[in-house]
Amino acid sequence: MATFIVARLTLLEAVRRRILLAAFLLGVAFLILYSCGFYLMRQEAMPINPRSEISSAILRNGLDNFLTLAGLYAVNFLAIAMGALVSADTLAGEIGSGTIQALVTKPVRRAEIVLGKWLGFAGLLALYLVLMVGGVMAVAYVLDGYVVPAVVNGIALIYLETLLIMTITLMCSSMLPTLATGGVIFGLYGIAFIGGWVEQFGAILQNQAAVNIGIISSLIIPSEALWRRAAYEMTPPLAQVIGISFSGPMFTASVPSDAQVVYAIGYLVVALAIGVRAFAQRDL
Amino acid sequence: MTFAIETNNLRKEFDENIAVRGLTLQVQQGEVFGFLGPNGAGKTTSIKMLLGLTAPTSGRATLLGAPLGDRAARARMGFLPEHFRFHDWLTAHEFLQLHGQLYRMSAARLRQRTEELLELVGLTPFRDKQLRTFSKGMLQRIGLAQALLNDPALVFLDEPTSGLDPVGRRLVRDIIADLKKRGMTIFLNSHLLSEVEITCDRVAFIKQGVVIRVSELQTLVNGATRVTVRANGLTPNVLQGLGQWGKEIRADGNQVTLTVVNESALPAINRFLVAQNVEVYALTPQHLSLEDLFIQIVGTDGGL
Repeated sequence: MATFIVARLTLLEAVRRRILLAAFLLGVAFLILYSCGFYLMRQEAMPINPRSEISSAILRNGLDNFLTLAGLYAVNFLAIAMGALVSADTLAGEIGSGTIQALVTKPVRRAEIVLGKWLGFAGLLALYLVLMVGGVMAVAYVLDGYVVPAVVNGIALIYLETLLIMTITLMCSSMLPTLATGGVIFGLYGIAFIGGWVEQFGAILQNQAAVNIGIISSLIIPSEALWRRAAYEMTPPLAQVIGISFSGPMFTASVPSDAQVVYAIGYLVVALAIGVRAFAQRDL
Repeated sequence: MTFAIETNNLRKEFDENIAVRGLTLQVQQGEVFGFLGPNGAGKTTSIKMLLGLTAPTSGRATLLGAPLGDRAARARMGFLPEHFRFHDWLTAHEFLQLHGQLYRMSAARLRQRTEELLELVGLTPFRDKQLRTFSKGMLQRIGLAQALLNDPALVFLDEPTSGLDPVGRRLVRDIIADLKKRGMTIFLNSHLLSEVEITCDRVAFIKQGVVIRVSELQTLVNGATRVTVRANGLTPNVLQGLGQWGKEIRADGNQVTLTVVNESALPAINRFLVAQNVEVYALTPQHLSLEDLFIQIVGTDGGL
């Protein structure tokens, strides 16, 4: 099936153009740096004479969780950037250069080309997350025997977020030139990012208007909400109750609902459908 | 009989301008059909519409008996795009494999065709080299191999000899001749009129988005003859009388040049001149090249 041929081609391109190699080497560098940070922070932060065994265990658990989530936050951002960068040029670039002409004149549906590329990138991002998320978790485990709660849910949500950004990028790439695509994606990311902040402040200060602004921004682009939900899932139950799930620059005060996750999945499907349709109808 | 290509008033409008006003033509199966016209005449847009790259604004067309965009028909077509770029990080062999798979060819047949075609275009020694190391001519050759992978019934070649040296051009010409012998229909878009003259059976001239003339190449080239008459006594009356055989009469003292539709007009012209008491010193026929005809047919104002 042409979808799989194109998916394989997309992966092969990542290998041949050394995207995978660069991502791997920089990923390893990141993990080395991260493990040093993790080790030093733990050394510094643990009190020498804890008041009790229990408080020591809680503190230690909290710190490990904080450090792991901090690492995952960085990985999350890198994976999003990776998803956007590799997919921004794929359709727009091949349309611009004319490479696409020899492909779409074969007996294939144009949809198969878009879906194949999507599948290829989805595979690429999965590989990247396995390396990076696996690496961060391995560091926590090796250095302190720590495993975050709800690992599977957390990783699934992070993967969903990277897929979402990649899909929106692919959609834009089917109708806009590469640079415009990049501009739109980073603009949307900015909205999500700031919207998330406003929502958190709103929740802390109990300002409903601010929370609403955050919710609207995550309707426009639900990526940041997925990360906050992922961070919440991977926070120990006690901290969840207190409401101090770490999610990047601040703690999660307002947790995205199941409905928002479902909304994000729907958003992804619709974006992919729009991308497929736009490409199918486009003059090449 | 079904035509390999039949279009009826295909039209393409972009926002403001009309790229193709109304393309109507028929290409017979098994012929090499040249598609000629000045820059901006709508040739590329026409080809893009035929190949389903661009949707026509209106009009109809069938390729190999099927409507535009039919995937079963596309499996029997080949296309060498103009200014083509391919995934240059693939090797020549991988590149052909990829395109063969997109044609849904069986693995065994694809393997056989890949080797055959690499041999045909002279790239067997470079089969495992990445395309980004290829010269322009080598890319053109591998592109041609790609267009022939599925042994198509109809192949579109858009400027197939651009970027080729004389050896490469000869190779492409020989390949086209061979394909024609095997009954393939070839739709050739080329600016190299000398190539067209050698390879094509029929040609269409397109200008400002319409076909202005379709003709057998042989009749076109053999027929049109330019005659130069050197004589004394070329009065305005005589010049006017010459008008019955040809157009584009250019007189210059005791020399007059006119283009006649057919060489067989020469004896009659001679008799006429003698009867008019003109002293004829020379009557020199000279075949027009396709380039002369091109300029005559589309004019010099077309290219933009």
